[in-house]
Amino acid sequence: MRYLPSSDSDRAAMLDAIGKKAVGELFEQIPAGLRLRDRLNVPGPLSEPELLEYFEQASVESACDYVSLLGAGAYAHYRPVVIDALILRGEFLTSYTPYQAEISQGNLQAMFEFQTLIAQLTGMDVANSSLYDGSTAANEAVLMAMRLTRRNRVVVARTLHPEYRQVIETYLQHQGVEIAETPYASTGQIDLAALESVVNDQTAAVVVQSPNFFGTLESWAKIAEVVHKRGALLVSAVTEPLSLALVKPPIEADIVCGEAQSFGVPVAYGGPYVGFLATKEQFVRQMPGRLVGQTRDSEGRRGYCLTLATREQHIRREKATSNICTSQSLMALNATIYMCLLGKSGLRALAEQNLSKACYAADELGKVPGASLPFAASHFNEFVVKAPGDCGELLAALREEKVIGGLPLERFYPELKDHLLVCVTEIVSRRALDRMIEVWHRFSRPVAESIADAAAVG
Amino acid sequence: MTNRIKNATPHMTRNEDLIFERSKPGKTGAELRPLDVPARSAERTLGDLYRRDIEGFPEISELDVMRHFTRLSTWNYSIDAGVYPLGSCTMKYNPRLNETVARFAGLGTDHPYTPEQLSQGCLKVLADTQRALLEITGMDAISLQPAAGAQGELTGLLMIRACLRERGDARRFILVPDSAHGTNPASVTISGYEALPLKSDSRGCVDLAELERLMSTEVAGLMLTNPNTLGIFEQDIQKICEIVHIKGGLVYMDGANMNALVGVAQPGRFGIDVMHLNLHKTFSTPHGGGGPGSGPVAVKRVLEPYLPAPTVEEQPDGSVRLNYDRPRSVGRVRAFYGNFGMAVRALAYILAYGPEGLRQATEDAVLNANYVKERIRECYDLPYDAPSMHECVFSDKRQESRGVRTGDIAKRLIDYGFHPYTTSFPLIVHGALMIEPTESAGKVELDALIDALRSIAQEAQESPELVQTAPHTTRVSRLDEVGAARKPVLRWKPAAP
Ligand SMILES: Cc1ncc(COP(=O)(O)O)c(C=O)c1O
Repeated sequence: MRYLPSSDSDRAAMLDAIGKKAVGELFEQIPAGLRLRDRLNVPGPLSEPELLEYFEQASVESACDYVSLLGAGAYAHYRPVVIDALILRGEFLTSYTPYQAEISQGNLQAMFEFQTLIAQLTGMDVANSSLYDGSTAANEAVLMAMRLTRRNRVVVARTLHPEYRQVIETYLQHQGVEIAETPYASTGQIDLAALESVVNDQTAAVVVQSPNFFGTLESWAKIAEVVHKRGALLVSAVTEPLSLALVKPPIEADIVCGEAQSFGVPVAYGGPYVGFLATKEQFVRQMPGRLVGQTRDSEGRRGYCLTLATREQHIRREKATSNICTSQSLMALNATIYMCLLGKSGLRALAEQNLSKACYAADELGKVPGASLPFAASHFNEFVVKAPGDCGELLAALREEKVIGGLPLERFYPELKDHLLVCVTEIVSRRALDRMIEVWHRFSRPVAESIADAAAVG
Repeated sequence: MTNRIKNATPHMTRNEDLIFERSKPGKTGAELRPLDVPARSAERTLGDLYRRDIEGFPEISELDVMRHFTRLSTWNYSIDAGVYPLGSCTMKYNPRLNETVARFAGLGTDHPYTPEQLSQGCLKVLADTQRALLEITGMDAISLQPAAGAQGELTGLLMIRACLRERGDARRFILVPDSAHGTNPASVTISGYEALPLKSDSRGCVDLAELERLMSTEVAGLMLTNPNTLGIFEQDIQKICEIVHIKGGLVYMDGANMNALVGVAQPGRFGIDVMHLNLHKTFSTPHGGGGPGSGPVAVKRVLEPYLPAPTVEEQPDGSVRLNYDRPRSVGRVRAFYGNFGMAVRALAYILAYGPEGLRQATEDAVLNANYVKERIRECYDLPYDAPSMHECVFSDKRQESRGVRTGDIAKRLIDYGFHPYTTSFPLIVHGALMIEPTESAGKVELDALIDALRSIAQEAQESPELVQTAPHTTRVSRLDEVGAARKPVLRWKPAAP
């Protein structure tokens, strides 16, 4: 087998050295009845060209030749080639968690840079070096707020990503916690009056996403006032952190958590992505996940190491702040390289393009007879639009034109029947947008005509 | 001194400041395609929400980025460079082909909410991975949703809890052997149970009498690592499962050590009810300096109804669909379907090996561990002298009298050109040296590792300070970890003007 370095003579020599005649003897410690007698029933072995063919087939049966207007927590942005040139370097790809700092300084410094970039972007003091993804980061933020406040009530905005809400529910199901959902207002933003009535003296955390699941931007100052008045902590969740290049960071929040996939991490059918969690200096010791700290070596040189490990499972075991061990470092490195490449001006320019394109698409779809934009508040690169008729039929018509036209929201919000969540990033060309808009118009015509017919008959 | 070191020669590496210290106003490393729609003024569109600046964010050219991260990379040890005998971590070769196929159009680019009929390629990869993993484990059903081993543990515990609750028998405790990995008790807490420590016996295995004594109707189950963290197969596994089952509990198996079993034994026949796999260990997906991982959780029929939703299901017509209609599910543990890209790589690994190859890899891994053990046992204390599977665990007892601890030996191994073994785990071994060579080391490399470990044992006797102050050849010497924790500096800040 091409991956195995041992030769048969090596194997024989090693067996000899340990006084065994056959390798089977090494497995005699497993009770005979538990040992497998037959070959595993798995396919293979496949040579390299055969393997390529196998996965080429999978690739053919994918949506790679479609224009996709899907966002909802996973964003397709252009990925500069330098990212793969760097993250495929074996020194990054094939190293372990940097427990041995002296031979892991590259990973440690890169993670320290990731922590810094996330802190700068979110307006927080400190950030950790990654969590599994945005959904688990939101959950970790909630657990952290519960530890900090010693309270056990949690309020989540209904506009927090529905799958993030589900993850929080899963994790909290045996923690004796009450989870309350707080609704959105007609603007698409959180309903402040409703929030005020649901936050009380037992509330540990209020989780609000911005841009929220509808793509709508929230104003933090008023939300923070309501939350802090009751001594609860405000958790700001971000699924599209590119927005932070143009939108004021949630400095009023106590914890900012989210998903950094948007920074050049492949969409890859949902993962691997990279969660992050940032907070204020005073809360550092209740943070989950790995933290890299700056220090000195015995000769006074600057260096980096994992730090505050007394929060973690390998030291604290059942009392740890989290059970997380292996996290998402390589994806954090991917995001770091992306942020560095674009840099201050590039990231802002990119965010402006996303904003312009989404505004263009929203304006044009808003003009389609029978379509409407239900939420008036500002959005970034995603927005909700109501279809002029049955959205399943509209999506099918768009698919004919090789366009995946958005996410039907009814699946998560029964009250939003025929509403689509549409995401437009810089990679969707104007030509594709115009093709999509044209389909909407064509689709709306028969609908408008049938309405007119009905009116005429009536 | 240095002539003993045959495997490595110190070489020059370049110094490199933080990326922020390279920054100069006006530089950028990426240019955008011209905007093809009318430009919107962000300031006007966003009003009060408009941000003027990302303070401190770097401004650098593409070449700066390339040099910066390339230099950083040269400061890391890696599997590609050499043997990585980090116990419990299974640092085996990560085939490059797997990186190529994971980036294929569709597999690397499909959106998770793509309509199912358009993403059959991705769904079939998930289904094929599931089928192969079920065959390898001998379990009945599986979810690839957990993002790493620890999340697989939590998912499994939640399923145990859901099952017992349906039986009207919630219970309070989970038994966790004192040799268990730290994630085990940490996961127990999050699942809402309390971890009840189970003492190991003189063999380093589950003490049956102690298990009988502690197993009560208040105990929901046992979390067992098999082979255990000493690299020893728990021979009483069937009896252990029986003791737990008779009292109405369920058995969770931490499958982090599956590299000892693939193609040789299926945990599904042991009597366990639920287990996780670490695709980033046994199935070669790269560790990436600390993730991504993937921790599929596999169950026997009793626990199937509780798997996280959605499940990935093959249809009679050969298509694959996502089933969200799982009313008894414990819920969702992660957005979307888990670390999909890791399933792609794991499947590529399994297909490349095929059934015989997988077994051969297991045999090589176990042979290598036994060979290393045999050849260094005269130099190091072996607290549990039982047959080894894929790893062996020594203690630093013989070196301790000279003031040399496992951490020192590990650091000295760096000078010899190797990544250290795992130190100080499992906790039941005083000053543990946990060595897992994996199958990805040939005899020549193992002999070099063995020579290094023997040589260091000698150094510990002759010149202990040489070992205590190691490493001597790295770009930084031992770092002040205590200082780092006392006054944490967790980010760069611009120098005060
Ligand atoms: C025995 C054992 N159990 C569980 C884990 C946790 O796995 P992960 O790091 O993937 O969360 C590890 C990994 O380090 C381990 O060695």
